[in-house]
Amino acid sequence: MTDDTGAVETEEAVEVPKRSLPNNEVLKGLFEPFEDVSWGDSLGQDVARVPNERWLDFATAAKGAGFEVCVDVTVVDWMRSRPDRFEVVANLLSMQHRLRLRMSTTAPRLEPTVASLVPVWPGANFAEREAYDMFGIVFEGHPDLTRILMPDEWEGHPLRKDFGVGAVPVQFKESHKVS
Amino acid sequence: MSDDTKTLDVWVAGTEEPELTPTDEGAQEIAIDESGRRLDEQFGRVVEDDYVFDDEAEEDERMILNMGPQHPSTHGVLRLQIELEGEIIRRTKPIIGYLHTGMEKTGEQLNFSQGGTNVTRMDYLAPFHNELAYSLAVERLLGIDVPPRAAAIRVLLSELNRCSSHLVALATNGMDIGAISMMMYGFREREQILAFFEKTTGLRMNHNFIRPGGVAADLPPGWKDDVAAIIEEFPRRLDQYDDLLENNPIWVARTKGVGVLSAEEATGYGITGPTLRSTGVDWDIRKAFPYSGIEQYEFEVPLGEHGDVYDRYRIRVEEIKQSLSIVEQVMDTIPKGDFRVDDRKVTPPPRARIDESMEALIHHFKLFTEGYKVPAGETYVAVESPRGELGCYLVSDGGANPYRMHTRAPSFANLQALPIAMADSLMADTVATIASLDPVMGDVDR
Repeated sequence: MTDDTGAVETEEAVEVPKRSLPNNEVLKGLFEPFEDVSWGDSLGQDVARVPNERWLDFATAAKGAGFEVCVDVTVVDWMRSRPDRFEVVANLLSMQHRLRLRMSTTAPRLEPTVASLVPVWPGANFAEREAYDMFGIVFEGHPDLTRILMPDEWEGHPLRKDFGVGAVPVQFKESHKVS
Repeated sequence: MSDDTKTLDVWVAGTEEPELTPTDEGAQEIAIDESGRRLDEQFGRVVEDDYVFDDEAEEDERMILNMGPQHPSTHGVLRLQIELEGEIIRRTKPIIGYLHTGMEKTGEQLNFSQGGTNVTRMDYLAPFHNELAYSLAVERLLGIDVPPRAAAIRVLLSELNRCSSHLVALATNGMDIGAISMMMYGFREREQILAFFEKTTGLRMNHNFIRPGGVAADLPPGWKDDVAAIIEEFPRRLDQYDDLLENNPIWVARTKGVGVLSAEEATGYGITGPTLRSTGVDWDIRKAFPYSGIEQYEFEVPLGEHGDVYDRYRIRVEEIKQSLSIVEQVMDTIPKGDFRVDDRKVTPPPRARIDESMEALIHHFKLFTEGYKVPAGETYVAVESPRGELGCYLVSDGGANPYRMHTRAPSFANLQALPIAMADSLMADTVATIASLDPVMGDVDR
């Protein structure tokens, strides 16, 4: 992280006029210290694009800013249409400010890894297990990263785009196999 | 005669009532404790979750018990691994996935207009809420607003659906603890609502009636009579439930102080819906982020205090009353007009137009073969389902199928509360706690 700081600062010096911040005071206060986190508006919803290595830092800051609930963690598989294949998305909710924030980060094609949000919000537990089960994203620091919906011995991760839809042979009787 | 002793004389009704003689039988243990606290605990008047943890208990004194996946009280194929120390549950692990049917993968194969048939089968007790979340998400990506009548019909159906879903929750919760008659009554009243749904949509469940762009059809003739009958009938029925449950000391003893969750635990674990409100957190998506014009109607958000099974039951009863009040307001104020948006690229043409217009025929054909294209983008829309926050995260790449369709299932997240609510409580309270969370396994596993 410290190695990058210099690079980020020089980049930021160029990008200062470009960086837009949300109008909302709470979100503005959350985004300002994070120069490498960009804010976006997606059909009226606030989105934070967070670099992979800042994922946990930003989550901790978001919880401090009043986002007390992590509603959901999920993944989008972009295959070859984006340089980093996986996009990890977490939906945050602040009950006290009546705000929602969607934070997203990227994970590479090979060995996709993201920091786990369970230390910040224990409620991310099941959602991250589902994301691991369905997409094979490894959440570092998760207390129990095992399959949750698929059988333990299942091979592959079904919601990846390269996991085909097809019939699984069902054996009704030993002598009669239907596929 | 002290309060701690029991009388065991057999008396046959119709004969002369004998004079009762006290015996000490059954009172050996409970009479020793003079504080009366142990007695209260045994009778369930006081149930606290802080049973003293026995540090000296060896590993082999604990027993792992597998409950399920087909226990009749577990509301579907839920399996629990319970670590027991005597009668006391120390740890619980819910094991799910037995009903997983890959609906999110299926959702990527179906186009946007077919998607409703898929999502409606997730939470099969509240299908309208699934359809509503999905339709709202598609509409936000399309950038269309539905006509006021369609929005009112959506509110009417989803609030009636909340009543029918809560009735199942009450019915099964009653049956799990032993109030079998509650099961009959709950399902009887639910049937009245489902009959109205069948008349309106053609199906009792899995309606696919709320669709992107509006609803599939207008309300049937005479719908006001049916709804008025429901509104008139239900308050009387709810009073009967109070007689059956509220005034039943066994019910109260088995629910009060059982399965307690604190507000911090509930928010930390992402618990929503009646379970969250039972801890006293005032959070209802209908109030915080209103959808489908629900802000026009007046209703209250019932809150609990202790976060126990009893509060969750009370909240469900009160929410039925509030939902009926919303339904009544919708009935009085429902606007006239179209029941789906007037956008030829989204809604199919009326049947009569197909016979006379070539363009209508082409549109009809294209809509039902290729589907309509939705602009690229991503959105997350949440509605307040009977179980909590039901969200739909929809990503479109500009094609006719969703690129990614993810459902944030309330039962799935609420199940995380189970190990906390059950920790250090009695084995006998397990089913009461599970039933009070009201998980629907179709929603959990998707």
